[in-house]
Amino acid sequence: MPITPPSASLQEDRNPAVPAVMPRQEERVVLDNESIRRALIRIAHEIVESADGTERLYLVAIPNGGVPLARLLADNLESLTGLRPPLGILDTTLYRDDLSTRGSRPLLRRTEMPSSVDDRVVVLVEDVVSTGRTIRAGMDALMDFGRPSHVRVVALVDRGHRELPIKIDYVGKNIPTQPTDKVVFHAVQLPAPDATGSVGRDQSDEDFTIGELELVVRSDSETLEGPE
Amino acid sequence: MIGRDILGIEDLSREDIDTILETAERMQEIGNREVKKVPTLRGRTVINLFFEPSTRTQTSFEIAGKRLAADVVNFSVSGSSVSKRETLLDTAKTLDAMDPDAVVVRHKVAGVPHRLAKVLKAPVINAGDGAHEHPSQALLDMLTVREQKGRIEGLTITIIGDIAHSRVARSNIYGFKKLGAEVRVAGPPTMLPADVEKSLGVKAYTNLAEAIEGADVVMALRIQMERLEGACFPSVREYAATFGLDRAKLRYAKEDAIVMHPGPVNRGVELSHDLADDRPSVILDQVRNGVALRMALLYLVAGRGGH
Amino acid sequence: MSKILIRNGRFLDPSTDTDLPPGAGELLIENGRVVAFETGGNPIPEEGTEILDAEGAWVVPGLIDVHAHLREPGQEYKEDLASGGTAAVAGGFTQVACMANTAPVNDDPSVTKYILDRAEKESPAKIRPIAAATQGLLGEVMTEMVALKEAGAIAFSDDGATISDAAVMRRVLEYSRMADAIVIVHAEDCALRGAGVVNEGTVSTKLGLPGNPAAAEEIMVARDIRLAALTGAKLHIAHVSTAGAVHMIRKAREAGLLVTAEVTPHHLTLTDEDTMGFDTSTRVAPPLRRQTDVDALRRALADGTIDVIATDHAPHASYEKEVEFTEAPPGMLGLETAVAVCLDLVRDGTLTPIEFIRRLSTNAAGLLSLEGGSLKVGSVADVALIEPNQEWNYDPARGFSKSRNSPWAGQSLTGRVTATIVDGRLIYDHERGVLIR
Repeated sequence: MPITPPSASLQEDRNPAVPAVMPRQEERVVLDNESIRRALIRIAHEIVESADGTERLYLVAIPNGGVPLARLLADNLESLTGLRPPLGILDTTLYRDDLSTRGSRPLLRRTEMPSSVDDRVVVLVEDVVSTGRTIRAGMDALMDFGRPSHVRVVALVDRGHRELPIKIDYVGKNIPTQPTDKVVFHAVQLPAPDATGSVGRDQSDEDFTIGELELVVRSDSETLEGPE
Repeated sequence: MIGRDILGIEDLSREDIDTILETAERMQEIGNREVKKVPTLRGRTVINLFFEPSTRTQTSFEIAGKRLAADVVNFSVSGSSVSKRETLLDTAKTLDAMDPDAVVVRHKVAGVPHRLAKVLKAPVINAGDGAHEHPSQALLDMLTVREQKGRIEGLTITIIGDIAHSRVARSNIYGFKKLGAEVRVAGPPTMLPADVEKSLGVKAYTNLAEAIEGADVVMALRIQMERLEGACFPSVREYAATFGLDRAKLRYAKEDAIVMHPGPVNRGVELSHDLADDRPSVILDQVRNGVALRMALLYLVAGRGGH
Repeated sequence: MSKILIRNGRFLDPSTDTDLPPGAGELLIENGRVVAFETGGNPIPEEGTEILDAEGAWVVPGLIDVHAHLREPGQEYKEDLASGGTAAVAGGFTQVACMANTAPVNDDPSVTKYILDRAEKESPAKIRPIAAATQGLLGEVMTEMVALKEAGAIAFSDDGATISDAAVMRRVLEYSRMADAIVIVHAEDCALRGAGVVNEGTVSTKLGLPGNPAAAEEIMVARDIRLAALTGAKLHIAHVSTAGAVHMIRKAREAGLLVTAEVTPHHLTLTDEDTMGFDTSTRVAPPLRRQTDVDALRRALADGTIDVIATDHAPHASYEKEVEFTEAPPGMLGLETAVAVCLDLVRDGTLTPIEFIRRLSTNAAGLLSLEGGSLKVGSVADVALIEPNQEWNYDPARGFSKSRNSPWAGQSLTGRVTATIVDGRLIYDHERGVLIR
């Protein structure tokens, strides 16, 4: 039984403002559960191949969507190498370049970095990369936790429209999109069989297993009919 | 909330308080880092406008601002408008011309932050106005209780001391009640304000044991001994005997009750020596949480967009 | 001097209990006196008269304020006799009694004469100085009441500088009998008041401002009533603000004591809740009280326990009020807003129009033994025209007082003084302003 309803999606939180009138939308699933899990196995292989020394790997998830992806990736790396890399969570909100002077500042998300990143091969894990600004913020944040030897980036989806010179090292899938499209990653969290059932806002990740995954693109059809 | 004044807990909704506390809970992590600074408010200016000296509160706001990379300027003024021959309006206009992104105000007279807020473009954060409100203190107290107890709803909080002259008491009463706690106050009748039960929605006690019976949180207020001895109580000795808290008296409260104090403690008066230092007192947690809470306030409101 | 013929208005004369429907009366003024008051519907010949059409207005005897602070000499930056007197006629007041807390204090006949001389030259309203009851308002040595009376003082008061020493107060009351003038007291136990700046109760508790308990006023009202009984003097209690004080005054009057009382427009219409925004224009002494007090004051004004409405017009410069609440000097403007604000009591049925005017004019004349408060033939021609339903926006910056400290600033008020006649001369017209000085 899902604790988090699927509608509580984990999406790239660039523009939290919801328009008062929702435009007519088309929604299509571009990656289903199977293909996401397959992509993560492939990415784990690629990481192992390219990293010189898997013992120095350190996964850092950018919440919210990066967290379930990084956990699955850690599982895959563990089964490939016998070694489970440390997994950190790094909220980039306080490093964003678009904290406005009006309205509301975004709510902060969890940051948990279990150990120093000095001399580690840090792999930033993000669900959807587009402009590159979140990855830029993530790298700045990372530097406040030490001096990694390398920083690599994993993105489940690269949808293009880059605004900064950011390169994705490991991509699940390149998906061409319109700038107005919304790319949304859903991850259903299920209670783990041995969960303590403790309540609190910061439930530990060990209390959950990751259920169904899905990545959808929502297009504003009216925009698509525009002159271009 | 950008640009919004934080003048008192009475003006905040329950949702506002939740947002502030949740943000503060995230800010706590920054205090544990080796590099305790984030670039969020880089290039923004926070003015600490203190008309009444308060090293603790001022330092806490200063550290909070600096951890968010704001430029924090301390602007201390002594004496009243009348003695300086400068009106509050003039003070406000002068500060406004310096384009701050937030102004933190402490004054010994109630209402001064409210008056400044009417003129200033920058949001005003009340850091204590007379016997009126001290919202950041109450919020850090709520943060500490939530951290210690996991919740606030349904708890019983007893506040002991000079309720009549305490801004900490008023703000905490408003805050804890908004979050669903039962609040009691205790003190000699000379230190309970007029119509306290009706005005503030609390139960008032003049007997310490009854007041803390079954309480989850016991909060002692600092006694201004110089001002009150002889006026509101006959002697410090009698006050300590009737309302001073020690481990023996604390047995009336719940077994897992925590003890709080806004500091600085008059040892042997409000709290016994040993109670001031160790569990169940959480005084240093309050101080630590003060920085995170004030970071949250600055993060949420700093900016000149609100007016 | 021209003749003025007033017609078409609703004539209200409390001195003769006259309330004529619009059009039924006509009033002719000549040489500063009322020379004809036609109440039977017979028109007065128009020849040689200046006609003042009072359609839509009440025609009433000039209002008399028994308590104002006009600040001259010494604090002319707040107000002077010209600005205060102009504000008075703009508010329908033809006579104003001004308090003694000037600099120098009006405790010497030379100061009294100075005020009267200046007023004669500068003020469109007639100024009636109240002299200090004790020298320097220090509450120690009584003033030369006989000489002051001779110089033109019409009453004695230390007002805000309450005489704390009961023995001094007793002597002042005793001696005042010889001067045959009322002694006006600001009744407040200063020690009990302490630093209090707002009414003690829910509002002081919520605002965290020092409270001033009703008991501080009531203790002094009780003391002064006992002293009035002891001395047989005429005691007038200024700006009564509490239900408890009202109760004691009622009992004293029932016992036949020569005790009179006044209430201000603000104590009749505002409560301590109006201070919740820390607006220093609501800081007054005594403080704004609770709604139950306001209700008691309204009843007392209606039943005659309280004789008059007095403005306690207390101008202060903006910079003096733009300070901490506790540092702001107490007091608010009143002369230009009193009629509009107090008409609320007519609108809610507390007072009939004629009883309303009685408390703003006829009773005040009696209290201070002044000519006025009447439209009878032979009376001094002090007349005001009030349009009770006219709405207007009160902007102190465009008013006549030098100061702006009013909680009604920027508000829409209903009821406006449209013309004021002093000693037979049309001296104020709300469309044309002040006509003669």
